[in-house]
Amino acid sequence: MSRQSVARAHQKIQELSWDPMYHTPYQKYGTDYTFQKAQKRDPLKQVLRSYFPMQEDKDHRVYGASDGAIRGNMFRQVQERWLEWQKLFLSIIPLPEISAARSMPMLFHTVPNPELHNGQAIQMIDEVRHSTIQQNLKRLYMKNYVDPAGFNSTLRNFHNDYCGTIGRQFAEGFITGDAITAASIYLTIVAETAFTNTLFVAMPAEAAANGDYLLPTVFHSVQSDESRHISNGYATLLMALSDEGNHQLLERDLRYAWWNNHRVVDAAIGTFIEYGTKDRRKDRESYAEMWRRWIYDDYYRSYLVPLEKYGLVIPHDLIEESWNQIWNKGYVHEVAQFFATGWLANYWRIDPMTDEDFEWFEYKYPGWYDKYGKWWEAYNSLSMPNGHHPIVAENVDYVYPHRCWVCMVPCLVREDMVMDEVDGQWRTYCHEACAWTDKVAFRPEYEGRDTPNMGRLTGMREWETLYHGWNWADVITDMGFVRDDGKTMVAQPHLDLDPKKMWTLDHMRRMGNLQSPNVLLNEMSDDERTAFAADYVRQGPAGRPAPTDA
Amino acid sequence: MTDIAERSVPKLQFTDAEAGAKEFPDSTARSYNYFKPAKRKQTHYEDVTVEVQPDPRHYLSQGWIYGFADGQVGYPLTWTKLKAWGQDEPEPERGPGSGGLPKNFSWPAHGWHEFRDPNEEWEMTFYRYGANVERQINANIDVAREADAFAQWNPNWVTFVERHVGAWMHIEHILGLYVFSHANRSGPTNMHNTAMVVNGMHKIRFAQDLALYNLTLSEEIESFEGSAHLETWDSDPAWRSAREYVEALTAIEDDWGESIFAANVVFEPLVGELFRSNLVQQSAAGNGDFVTPTVIGCGEYDYSRRDLRMTIAMFEPRANDKEFAAHNQEIMQGWLSKWVPLALEAARGLQPLWSEPDFKPPRFEDALDRAKSRFSGIVSELGLQLPKELAQ
Ligand SMILES: [Fe+2]
Ligand SMILES: [Fe+2]
Repeated sequence: MSRQSVARAHQKIQELSWDPMYHTPYQKYGTDYTFQKAQKRDPLKQVLRSYFPMQEDKDHRVYGASDGAIRGNMFRQVQERWLEWQKLFLSIIPLPEISAARSMPMLFHTVPNPELHNGQAIQMIDEVRHSTIQQNLKRLYMKNYVDPAGFNSTLRNFHNDYCGTIGRQFAEGFITGDAITAASIYLTIVAETAFTNTLFVAMPAEAAANGDYLLPTVFHSVQSDESRHISNGYATLLMALSDEGNHQLLERDLRYAWWNNHRVVDAAIGTFIEYGTKDRRKDRESYAEMWRRWIYDDYYRSYLVPLEKYGLVIPHDLIEESWNQIWNKGYVHEVAQFFATGWLANYWRIDPMTDEDFEWFEYKYPGWYDKYGKWWEAYNSLSMPNGHHPIVAENVDYVYPHRCWVCMVPCLVREDMVMDEVDGQWRTYCHEACAWTDKVAFRPEYEGRDTPNMGRLTGMREWETLYHGWNWADVITDMGFVRDDGKTMVAQPHLDLDPKKMWTLDHMRRMGNLQSPNVLLNEMSDDERTAFAADYVRQGPAGRPAPTDA
Repeated sequence: MTDIAERSVPKLQFTDAEAGAKEFPDSTARSYNYFKPAKRKQTHYEDVTVEVQPDPRHYLSQGWIYGFADGQVGYPLTWTKLKAWGQDEPEPERGPGSGGLPKNFSWPAHGWHEFRDPNEEWEMTFYRYGANVERQINANIDVAREADAFAQWNPNWVTFVERHVGAWMHIEHILGLYVFSHANRSGPTNMHNTAMVVNGMHKIRFAQDLALYNLTLSEEIESFEGSAHLETWDSDPAWRSAREYVEALTAIEDDWGESIFAANVVFEPLVGELFRSNLVQQSAAGNGDFVTPTVIGCGEYDYSRRDLRMTIAMFEPRANDKEFAAHNQEIMQGWLSKWVPLALEAARGLQPLWSEPDFKPPRFEDALDRAKSRFSGIVSELGLQLPKELAQ
């Protein structure tokens, strides 16, 4: 179809807009936002007549490339260091995608402008595409990459591993609670508009540098849909802004969504890009540099700031603070170090860092070696089983962190940790902003105003709680992270596939039991707890114990 | 020749990281191992669909982490009154030291997870299908335009298509967006929700096909009034009950099962096929029109070959559920008693349409009988009883 005929066709399908005459649709999903019904323009301007062939064509290219990659023996040049992290990433991402599809109906009746529903329906179909095309990519890796362990158990892993809860915020956050907070602000305005660039553009570039050109093929194809969704979010946002009464809620939701996305996405993608690559050219952009360009400049300065004149209260402080976390407080490095500390609870293998890696980190992040170098040297020397324990149970100047009750990433920038008794339980938070999310934002009242539709934080949010007092071998067996000989672990702190060099359940059996920091925290006396918190905020960087007073 | 400064590009390395390069534990474990396939071998469709939506009765050890204000989380099984075996077993309770995997766990834990879309739809299949349909419709219309086929239409038939075929697009649109797509947030498994999206997508596409066909006709036929369908849809008494029916579907309180059932088991055979097959398809040729049936035929195919198959696979196992058959049959019989009279009213409302074209289709009562017997076949395939209301 020509562009002109698509425009005419799109004009025509506006005649389908439905105004209920005999029955009022059941309002299954609620919102505290209010919208004026007004004529609106569908920003997507798509009709299925041209959409289906367009998408089919994109599919042909993706599947053609997949066949080509296999015929061309792509996996002979893929870096294992990189592909191992895909066991984590690709276990997570199909759920956010399908959740985005599931969230679209939450807008059908809460946004009363039928013209916008066509765009939402197309987004819904796109998201089903993304979820299944990503499951398919993972399947291809499982079938063709040297080590299928962790790919083959992917969704079980994602559902019971601590990383799963971190990732699931980027999915459950789209589909529960206040419909606008979830499906519009969290999903489209922040997750898609700000953070998909790092997910679907930065990551594929790094994949290609590591010999994998299938990930870019699939994810650029995904991103070409994603950019259309941004206009859906924008249209809804402008409508919300036109009602003064929504401004307070928009401010709340932007703060929550921004901070949560930063905590979750920067933790994961930052680690993949910085610690999952073998490309150590000095002129390749670091995650911090990419973040500055795509998130700070393109999203914050170019997209958000211009909305200020419509009354949008922008969380300038949190955006600057996110940058501060990444640039000055080593957020990504702290997270990568934690993933590697807890390698035994994972379902992928983590390659030790080498001198070449050290040099790159020092160049990109001056001062890196003084903070993290020694620990990674210890990780390397403890990577092969040789009578010692996994690094988490050895003395390497690392204090096992408490988890953030909200974002579920541990409280790694130790000085920022906040402790409080909330809903009858002592909780730790990685930052004041996460504490605010629990104590202030996700509540039925916000700054004196009723917010009866706002969601709730639920679930057993600390993973370690479930295994408090368990032997590590039993923990790993319960999660299913064991290979088909019944004893070799899926996870390994190195890439050597020689069975004699791989860790087994027998090694785990010899370790002390797993202890839940949160259970222990709640068993403490008040004095002990106060002392604990005072000590914790003096720890770090790199998880070091607090300095002993002279 | 100018010198190009040395370009900075990543260096590729030979890593030999392909399948079979080494032997070690799991080196041949190359299929998804966390679910039981419906047949002996797992299908591609199952691989990309099953278990993507987590279940706390399976592996979701820390539970859902966000909830609604009223405390509901995830995809509650109570969002339909139907039940599947195993679902009344208490959800595994987790707490300090409980571990993650439910005690004595065996997949699928409850009957909902046994559902598979017999059409095995995922992205690759539904784009191929949708693109093919659109190409076919385009080709048919192009050929008709070149053959000047629209000039053959009886004047009354022009009016009929303009108004009544036009009005039908609204029904497909409401069903597509506000019934089927809407339900995709509600189903108990990823297989249910994906199948419901695909059904919704068929309907939205068909609605748009009818709208675009209408646009073509207003360009090709001078007397064809492109916006007449709006007036018909809003105020022609013949459409009132049909409209009430589909609007009532959107007003069902919190039961995706009832919505899908009342649409695909009741409305489609008694009203949808009655109008599409027994009226439009039977009248067109006699009125000089061989094009409209090709457009309508695509929607007809969606339902009769794909969406109905999916619907039977979704509901029949519940009527024969090993634990809740009686409960489910009672619920579904109740739905039949509630919706069949409304569908018959909608069908009878359309009766005046049978006398509008010059060339008359077979009698309305015969058409309705055919629709009723089609409906009866579906009801018995589901293992349900014909409701007495059908005799009305
Ligand atoms: Fe997506
Ligand atoms: Fe946090």
